[in-house]
Amino acid sequence: MMRIFSRLLLPILIALAPLPAIAQTDAPIAAPVPAVTTTALPVAMPELTPAMPGVGQPSGGIAMQAPVTPIAVEAQRLANGVLNPLMIAVSVFVLILLAWTIFRYRAASNPIASKTSHNTTVEVVWTLVPVLILVWIAVPSFRLLANQYSPPKADLTIKATGHQWYWEYEYPDHGGFSFDAVMLTDAESAKRGSPKLLDTDNRIVVPVGATVKVLTTAADVIHSFAVPSFWVKMDAVPGRINETWFKVEKPGVYFGQCSELCGTKHAFMPIAVEVVSKEKFAQWVAAKQSENGITPPAAAAAPAAAPTAAAAPVAAPAA
Amino acid sequence: MATPSALAGQHDHAHDDHADHKLSFVQRWLFSTNHKDIGTLYLIFAIIAGTIGGAISGIMRLELAQPGIQYLTWFTDGNLDASYHLWNVFITGHGLIMVFFTVMPAMIGGFGNWFVPIMIGAPDMAFPRMNNVSFWLLVPSFALLLGSMFVEGPAGFNGAGTGWTVYPPLSTAGHPGPAVDMAILSLHIAGASSILGAINFITTILNMRAPGMTLHKMPLFVWSVLVTAFLLLLSLPVLAGAITMLLTDRNFGTHFFTADGGGDPVLYQHLFWFFGHPEVYILILPGFGIVSQVISTFSKKPVFGYLGMAYAMVAIGFIGFLVWAHHMFTAGLDVNTKMYFTAATMIIAVPTGIKIFSWIATMWGGSIKFDTPMLWAIGFIFMFTVGGVTGVILANAGVDTYFHDTYYVVAHFHYVLSLGAVFAIFAGFYYWFGKMSGKPYNEFLGKLHFWVFFIGVNVMFFPMHFLGQDGMPRRIPDYPEQFAYYNQIASYGYAIMAVGMLIFFVNMIVSLSTKKRVAGNYWGEGATTLEWTLSSPPPFHQFETLPIIK
Repeated sequence: MMRIFSRLLLPILIALAPLPAIAQTDAPIAAPVPAVTTTALPVAMPELTPAMPGVGQPSGGIAMQAPVTPIAVEAQRLANGVLNPLMIAVSVFVLILLAWTIFRYRAASNPIASKTSHNTTVEVVWTLVPVLILVWIAVPSFRLLANQYSPPKADLTIKATGHQWYWEYEYPDHGGFSFDAVMLTDAESAKRGSPKLLDTDNRIVVPVGATVKVLTTAADVIHSFAVPSFWVKMDAVPGRINETWFKVEKPGVYFGQCSELCGTKHAFMPIAVEVVSKEKFAQWVAAKQSENGITPPAAAAAPAAAPTAAAAPVAAPAA
Repeated sequence: MATPSALAGQHDHAHDDHADHKLSFVQRWLFSTNHKDIGTLYLIFAIIAGTIGGAISGIMRLELAQPGIQYLTWFTDGNLDASYHLWNVFITGHGLIMVFFTVMPAMIGGFGNWFVPIMIGAPDMAFPRMNNVSFWLLVPSFALLLGSMFVEGPAGFNGAGTGWTVYPPLSTAGHPGPAVDMAILSLHIAGASSILGAINFITTILNMRAPGMTLHKMPLFVWSVLVTAFLLLLSLPVLAGAITMLLTDRNFGTHFFTADGGGDPVLYQHLFWFFGHPEVYILILPGFGIVSQVISTFSKKPVFGYLGMAYAMVAIGFIGFLVWAHHMFTAGLDVNTKMYFTAATMIIAVPTGIKIFSWIATMWGGSIKFDTPMLWAIGFIFMFTVGGVTGVILANAGVDTYFHDTYYVVAHFHYVLSLGAVFAIFAGFYYWFGKMSGKPYNEFLGKLHFWVFFIGVNVMFFPMHFLGQDGMPRRIPDYPEQFAYYNQIASYGYAIMAVGMLIFFVNMIVSLSTKKRVAGNYWGEGATTLEWTLSSPPPFHQFETLPIIK
């Protein structure tokens, strides 16, 4: 079944959808950080970006959170432009049909029931029309999926590790510093002006407009890394590394919550992503590196580091 | 006992007398082999379990009515961490109770046992003793599940807080105490009970149809139970295997699902949902059957497109085995797999659409009466449509990235189950109440029950779509303040629904204590299946002379 699908149907459906190649290239990492001047003294952390109501957090309304990545924009266009109207139309159609039938054929108005129990034409119609509607949905739906899985070359990689009950983030491109992100108490949130239960003491910080590759895994049980306004949700499974990505065009703070039941405090391990200017990001990285005693590599050193890392496993047995 | 006639064993009349007058309470209800008595036991069991499961959801809705933790701490002496865990125990208990101990026993055990043999013109089920075993296995199973709430799960807390899906490693390393072992054994026993029941139904339907009752003449309710029984038989062993592997991972040092021993937690998800997806059709298919009988009866018309209806159920059952990974769209599947499962899942909308339109076509041209069962059935059609279309949205893997594990999913599956399956159960219950008890239900209270319940569940579950669109995750006892408004409305909805259930219980007390009796066919000319040819309630053993179906 699967083989028939991937051999025959999949190419057809993919051909229907004009899209970039589905093949996922494992993008080599390029550091977007401009060379930072090394100083021995601790570098000051840039100021926290304040949370903005209605951006990157629930609004309290009935709509989806405002999209801030290209994938989120495309997906919401599909959901709000095609799926929701279509499904509301189907529901209303069934409701009207049902209401009319109830009204017209109530016993008082139609005392003698017909004995009709077959009508090939309508049966064929109500089988084929849904098929056509579904094929129509499938085209943009498959295009969205393909786009989700063909990210541009990553500018930055972040490893998110789920723990009971906090997230740990690592920046392997920048010397591999890492930090934990623990939920703020209500009082701390209020002090920062952040919504309750959504902000963390340390946030993920990424530069605006950068393609960020997120690798998710977990240390204990399954968690799920989710940021609704990015249209990102990827389970963090122990023993596996899953990959997802986002590219945010607008600076700000964007919140998400763990989205896989992970035990007692599942509700209390939020995700907070701060999207900042490139300069501010560089400053933040420098501060983090200085905090962790990492000497920032010169811009040229970054590619040189890669072969060393690749050679390491080979060298290991000899040692 | 040892009279010649009893020993002869084939002296029907003597046997009948024996059954009607000489069975003690214990013999009749504990050692029951009569499909109608066992069906009654199943229905009582389902009502008790449903009340417990519904009470648990009441505590959940109470807690969610406003942000913060207000009520769970009542149960934990103010310990917040314990109350967070208690929340997880409640969601687990609510899910398992409603699935395994309410909907399945009511539909398959209750109505299936009562009416499948009668509708095919058989005197009883093929294996009456096994039928009794099926029922009585449920009791210790339920006891184990309830008991698991009171023994240690994670260190320091009681109960299994794993969700009904029991995903490892939360259910293994995350719950070192015996609570999860008890829950697993509970599922094993419930599964064994259902497998025995499924064997019994398949054998009965394939071998014991009255002369002339061909497969293509069987009432659609019998078709639905036949398809359901096959789904049970093919899917439950997979669940049994998966939870046995969990059990050995937990207790005997195996590493099926532990990454550091070379296993994979995602394997469990594949196994679970290979069972779990057919399971949700197991919950709804008998409801399709019941609704078909009810719509046909009250429209005074035969079911429109009978063969299409029967084979739509077969198709739904078959495709139901091919779509399991749509529950795992965020687990890290590759893009081709997601495309396949998206396509396969959307295909289910086609046979489901056939059923919806055929029910409306059955009513079209009919002479429709709006007795209580018909109200439930019409409510079912529309609410199931709403739950179905949100299912089509969720089927799109790219869109599901956002909705997965949010309240949108909770809204979706409660529309198909709480408003779908439960509406079908009530339709069947009111439809057959007189047939089973011999007494009429109170029509006014029945209709009041419908309207109050209908409003309540919609007020409760419709706002959950909004919460999901706004991004609220499932399975959380406390939430950011932005979600407060619709959560509060949903909790009001629960209160309305609870009043509806109160009306139901009053109706039961009033109706069961009445002196009035109903005729054999109290629905009149629209009711054409074999149970309406018998008295109400039917004799202890019906069809001692097999009916001939023309």
